[in-house]
Amino acid sequence: MTLRQISRQQLFRLKAFLFLLALLPLARLFWLGFNDNLTANPIEFIERSTGTWALICLLVALALTPVRLVSGISWPIQLRRMAGLFMFFYACLHFATYLWLDHWFDWNEISKHIIEHPYVLVGFSAFVLSIPLALTSNNTLMRRLGSRWKQLHYAVYLIAALGVLHFWWLVKKDIREPLVYAIILAVLLGIRVYYRYKKYHVVNAGPKGAISEKPIA
Amino acid sequence: MYIAKKPDIPSSEITPREVFENRRKFLKAAGFSVAAGAISSMLPSAVLAANERQKIAGFSKTAYGKDEKLTSYEDVTTYNNFYEFGTDKGDPVVHARLFKPRPWTVSIEGEVKKPKQISIEDIFKIAPLEERIYRMRCVEGWSMVIPWVGLPLANLIKYAEPTANAKYVEFISLADPRQMAGVRIPVLDWPYTEGLRMDEAMHPLTIMAVGLYGEVLPNQNGAPMRLVVPWKYGFKGGKSIVRIRFTEQMPVSTWMKASPKEYGFYANVNPKVSHPRWSQSSERRIGGGLLSPRIKTQLFNGYADEVGQLYAGMDLHKNF
Repeated sequence: MTLRQISRQQLFRLKAFLFLLALLPLARLFWLGFNDNLTANPIEFIERSTGTWALICLLVALALTPVRLVSGISWPIQLRRMAGLFMFFYACLHFATYLWLDHWFDWNEISKHIIEHPYVLVGFSAFVLSIPLALTSNNTLMRRLGSRWKQLHYAVYLIAALGVLHFWWLVKKDIREPLVYAIILAVLLGIRVYYRYKKYHVVNAGPKGAISEKPIA
Repeated sequence: MYIAKKPDIPSSEITPREVFENRRKFLKAAGFSVAAGAISSMLPSAVLAANERQKIAGFSKTAYGKDEKLTSYEDVTTYNNFYEFGTDKGDPVVHARLFKPRPWTVSIEGEVKKPKQISIEDIFKIAPLEERIYRMRCVEGWSMVIPWVGLPLANLIKYAEPTANAKYVEFISLADPRQMAGVRIPVLDWPYTEGLRMDEAMHPLTIMAVGLYGEVLPNQNGAPMRLVVPWKYGFKGGKSIVRIRFTEQMPVSTWMKASPKEYGFYANVNPKVSHPRWSQSSERRIGGGLLSPRIKTQLFNGYADEVGQLYAGMDLHKNF
């Protein structure tokens, strides 16, 4: 397997491996749970863990295009759907933990909680926005929706921003951890913006202008 | 040309086989215990401190909270906020292990007849120690029931002899970057400072805790002494206190400085006054496991009968 090219069989194996890898955080929760090791506040621990992994999966999904832009290697794009769906999977677990273990389906309390507290509202919005993306992630709908599919899936940038904000507003004072996610997201989006800007200038200035064009950081 | 010499080690000096093998066994065992040590240092378990646990001789039981179900020693000592040892609630038990709470002197200053220093040993003798079982409600929405051992703060204040100008008491915690890794990071404006109004400080429910579960206060819970004000959010209880200062002006606490819109001076537990970012109407009692529902938070953490009159006529939404 060279880095530039990958056969179908290699891709399949890689996907299977990554699929199992992405299940490890869940397996870990079960393992810790059975060993009574989920800290003194297990519900908060599960909420934090599933939320963190949803965010990580989302950032992985968003990292594959920048990888292509920077290195020219494009096959990792084929892993994007799986990463996105794992984000949705962990977000579902996160939300289910919140609804069930944390609030016991006390809808009255939950609706008040969501509306009154910005960090919950922001996280909830991100989750709701990700539902249509997950539902339209199959090949059939992708083809049927055509160009509208792409437009719809631009929502992922908003979801990512809301996800990071959700974490940021949750912490009491020590923002170091959410800051790491914010910086990674900013870098990933920054690379996209930069390449888009460059492409635009190449198109507009022609090849001559493109050569003299200096990259603007 | 090199010619190999006959070895000049007499056969009597050759290590007998059994000794040689025992040595290997010994090395194996040593290697194992080193590895075990490395593993145990990663475990945030109270078991590690077990050999250092020290009973407090002579304290009396009281009726406070005698019907409450206690939160386990394990949970009380492995899950708490003590930012001087890190911002994660699992940090203090790990990072406070090498902390030295003895010898310890507390400085009494400000609006007092005469500033003085008192050792922790002498504080133990100011008043008979009592066990007080109190509910502890954290501003983050979780709570515990903890059997503290301590003395009424009122006794310590009488010993301090404040002047008539003293309207408030300020409690200043140790901020020693050599012993407290969290202090090296400016998450808060160190040292940690908390304060009470004089009548709150003199209230019989307010105690200076020096122990829990009948034992000397573990490092991670604020050794050697910490404030406990059961009707206020947990962060009001300054830990590892080194200075007690009496003032005429209302002191500015660390959390008020950090975020004045979110934390006020009073910080009384109140289900009707939401924290701007999260609800205070319910709480999770630690130790209930995965399937235990939240419980309703009570006004003044359920101590309204005792402390309600302290705030008569005050707008609790403004004075949060």
